[in-house]
Amino acid sequence: MDMNFSDEEKTFRVAVRAFLKEELPDSLAAKVKNGTRLRKEDYLTWHAALNARGWLAWHWPVEHGGAGWTPVQKHIFEEECVRAGAPRVIPFGLNMLGPVLIKFGSKAQKEYYLPRILNDEDWWCQGYSEPGAGSDLASLKTQALRDGDHYVINGQKTWTTLGHFADKMFCLVKTDTQVKPQEGISFLLIDMKSPGVTVRPIVTLDGEHEVNEVFLEDVRVPVANLVGEENKGWTYAKYLLTYERTGIAGVAFAKQGLEHLKQVTRDQKKDGRPLAEDPLFAARIAQVEIDLMAMETFNLRTVSAAAAGGAPGLESSMLKIKGTVIRQEITDLLRRAIGPFALPFVPEAFDEGYNETPIGPDYAMPLARQYFNMRKLSIYGGSNEIQRNIVAKGMLRL
Amino acid sequence: MDFELSEERRILRDTAARLIRERYPIQARHEFAAREEGFSREMWADFAELGLIGAFLPGEVGGYGGTGVDIMVAMEEIGRGLVVEPFLASAVLSAGLLAEFGTGSQKALVGEVVAGTRLLAFAHGEPESRYALSEVRMQACESDGGWILNGRKSVVLNGDTADDLIVSARVAGDADDEDGLALFLIAANTQGVSRRGYATVDGGRAAEIDFDNVRLSEDASLGPAGQAFPAIERAVGRGVLALCAEALGAMEVCLDMTLDFLRTRTQFGVPLGKFQALQHRMVDMCLEIEQARSATILAAGKLDAPRAERERTLSAAKNLAGRVGRMVGEESIQLHGGIAMTWEYALPHFAKRLTMIDHQLGDADHHLERFIAFSRAA
Ligand SMILES: Cc1cc2nc3c(=O)[nH]c(=O)nc-3n(C[C@H](O)[C@H](O)[C@H](O)COP(=O)(O)OP(=O)(O)OC[C@H]3O[C@@H](n4cnc5c(N)ncnc54)[C@H](O)[C@@H]3O)c2cc1C
Repeated sequence: MDMNFSDEEKTFRVAVRAFLKEELPDSLAAKVKNGTRLRKEDYLTWHAALNARGWLAWHWPVEHGGAGWTPVQKHIFEEECVRAGAPRVIPFGLNMLGPVLIKFGSKAQKEYYLPRILNDEDWWCQGYSEPGAGSDLASLKTQALRDGDHYVINGQKTWTTLGHFADKMFCLVKTDTQVKPQEGISFLLIDMKSPGVTVRPIVTLDGEHEVNEVFLEDVRVPVANLVGEENKGWTYAKYLLTYERTGIAGVAFAKQGLEHLKQVTRDQKKDGRPLAEDPLFAARIAQVEIDLMAMETFNLRTVSAAAAGGAPGLESSMLKIKGTVIRQEITDLLRRAIGPFALPFVPEAFDEGYNETPIGPDYAMPLARQYFNMRKLSIYGGSNEIQRNIVAKGMLRL
Repeated sequence: MDFELSEERRILRDTAARLIRERYPIQARHEFAAREEGFSREMWADFAELGLIGAFLPGEVGGYGGTGVDIMVAMEEIGRGLVVEPFLASAVLSAGLLAEFGTGSQKALVGEVVAGTRLLAFAHGEPESRYALSEVRMQACESDGGWILNGRKSVVLNGDTADDLIVSARVAGDADDEDGLALFLIAANTQGVSRRGYATVDGGRAAEIDFDNVRLSEDASLGPAGQAFPAIERAVGRGVLALCAEALGAMEVCLDMTLDFLRTRTQFGVPLGKFQALQHRMVDMCLEIEQARSATILAAGKLDAPRAERERTLSAAKNLAGRVGRMVGEESIQLHGGIAMTWEYALPHFAKRLTMIDHQLGDADHHLERFIAFSRAA
């Protein structure tokens, strides 16, 4: 056992830093740090820079254009990217659909779709949830009826993150309604430009547009767009979810958030002294830092074990719970840290090019918004309650 | 001891409840909040007519109440309605101050506040004061038998629409001394006063207000200049009680909506309320709300008790409102799942108000420390 980074790992970190210094535009990093709304092109710019270096698909094996990293390398990479203020890598194609196609896709699908994901020719979105099927995903109603070489799709998806940017959607549909719900689901790839697809925005509680409703009306999808076998979609869907979950644990984001919290509390004054020196607040920060230290190691232990042969299993559920709770706690402390300056609500301040004097300290403006936005962490990717059910049943055999 | 509301208070509560039920559906509330002034003048006039503004003020100055229980009963309903009209800023904080500490002619303004024709705001917090009541850097210097004010006030609730401001300033002492503070009544359009109004996360309005060599006559002061701290503390105490009661109203709505949701939303073939894991969370929420309610009732009853006892009880209530408010806001969103993340759904707006109440007049930590300090003194 050795809790220190090896020489190779240290060298890797230096290389990542050099890359970020070279390739991450300052203007983009500034947008991320200030909470400015990112445009689709911002993500594309960053993806392209990573792809040019062969660092975009770190979850994929080398033969498909993946980075071929060890879990520790991935960890270092993510940490450095977040610290430098890089935009997040949009996970739908890379971290969700990619691994599913690699494991279950046909040769033709791999050859066609994987490079298109790497080159950002397709922006994917996730069509799992429906109004009536959230936690109980298998109860989904969107129907696919076979008609010659096509499926004809009718139904509605919802909460589709960045669906308004998407070219394609991987979608769970019902292909058999006569069997147990889990046995009649198929995994389909749908072109968002097909006739009959309508995307409508959902405004979230913070006043932002991130999620959408997607209506599917007699949408014709070639049978060739079926992934794996008909009615086996549930297996692929669940496989994907383990990848989604581990991402949500978000160690790197939590560490960055904690650093930010410390900076903010050094600047904020309470009774004339830095808030960071206030015993009560310092204790709150220390508590979450301890939790995070432990969780980071928990995460590394888990991904290392997975790399040594096991798939990310039930631990990914535990990590999802702990990681999201920690991230939410940090956003809670951040909004508390700024006192009365949590109140101002100035959505224009997140527009590109906004240059009015901020109300209160400049770092204060996005914090309340973030606190509310991050409530989603414990809801999506399988809610934290559902993760508990999974652990209770699968690990504890209750 | 008697926990029953008097006949008069029941009427007050029912009047407020009826008006809000009939005139204040959530869509109307959003529409009022989105107006330039951040509220509805018509609603304000109607609230005035039904005596709801006067409920916060004593009879001597033209109100119809003004006790802790009046404040609690009215604010709870206002919380249930997620009302955006400036009750806290105008009636509770500012008019309350005039009623208790104003000179004869200043007191006379209270009648106009009660009638809904004059709006006031309490300009006390500053960019660096956080929640500290005595931390005032704004300077008031004597000059030619009057005063000159210089400084900035931050996050002044409804400061953008107020006709007059009650402004705290320092005439002597260091930035955090309790001695040496004064309060002034200033028309908002006085030369040298500039305001930058903005929306707040909870659908309200606030302003940053700069005072640049603002000249005031001698009689602008409320009470003797230099000895205003007790008045500030009293006003904020009433505001704290009002916020605790408002939080209660908002919490009750969150609880009711979540209960309703768990009874009607089915997943896995059963209503969500059948899952014991969720039942227990609802029970905890319900129980904590009763705790917050009890602390608020206690604080209402002690609003006129000697200082240490009064302030300790108020801080206990606000600490609980902050802690329970956070729990109720977060839990009710969580138990709803995705739907509570949407603007269109009413619940998250209540959760936002609950959260922002913790950022007004001192958060849970601030009041925890005050509770400790006043417990030592008591
Ligand atoms: C911001 C955001 C982005 C999203 N992005 C996407 C996306 O891109 N694609 C997509 O397909 N979906 C997306 N989702 C949907 C997300 O996956 C669902 O919201 C989630 O699965 C929960 O479903 P629900 O909202 O219907 O809540 P419900 O399933 O109705 O759950 C309500 C509450 O009940 C609890 N509950 C449910 N069942 C049980 C049980 N058996 N035991 C105990 N508690 C239970 C839940 O934990 C929750 O607290 C997104 C959601 C959000 C909020």
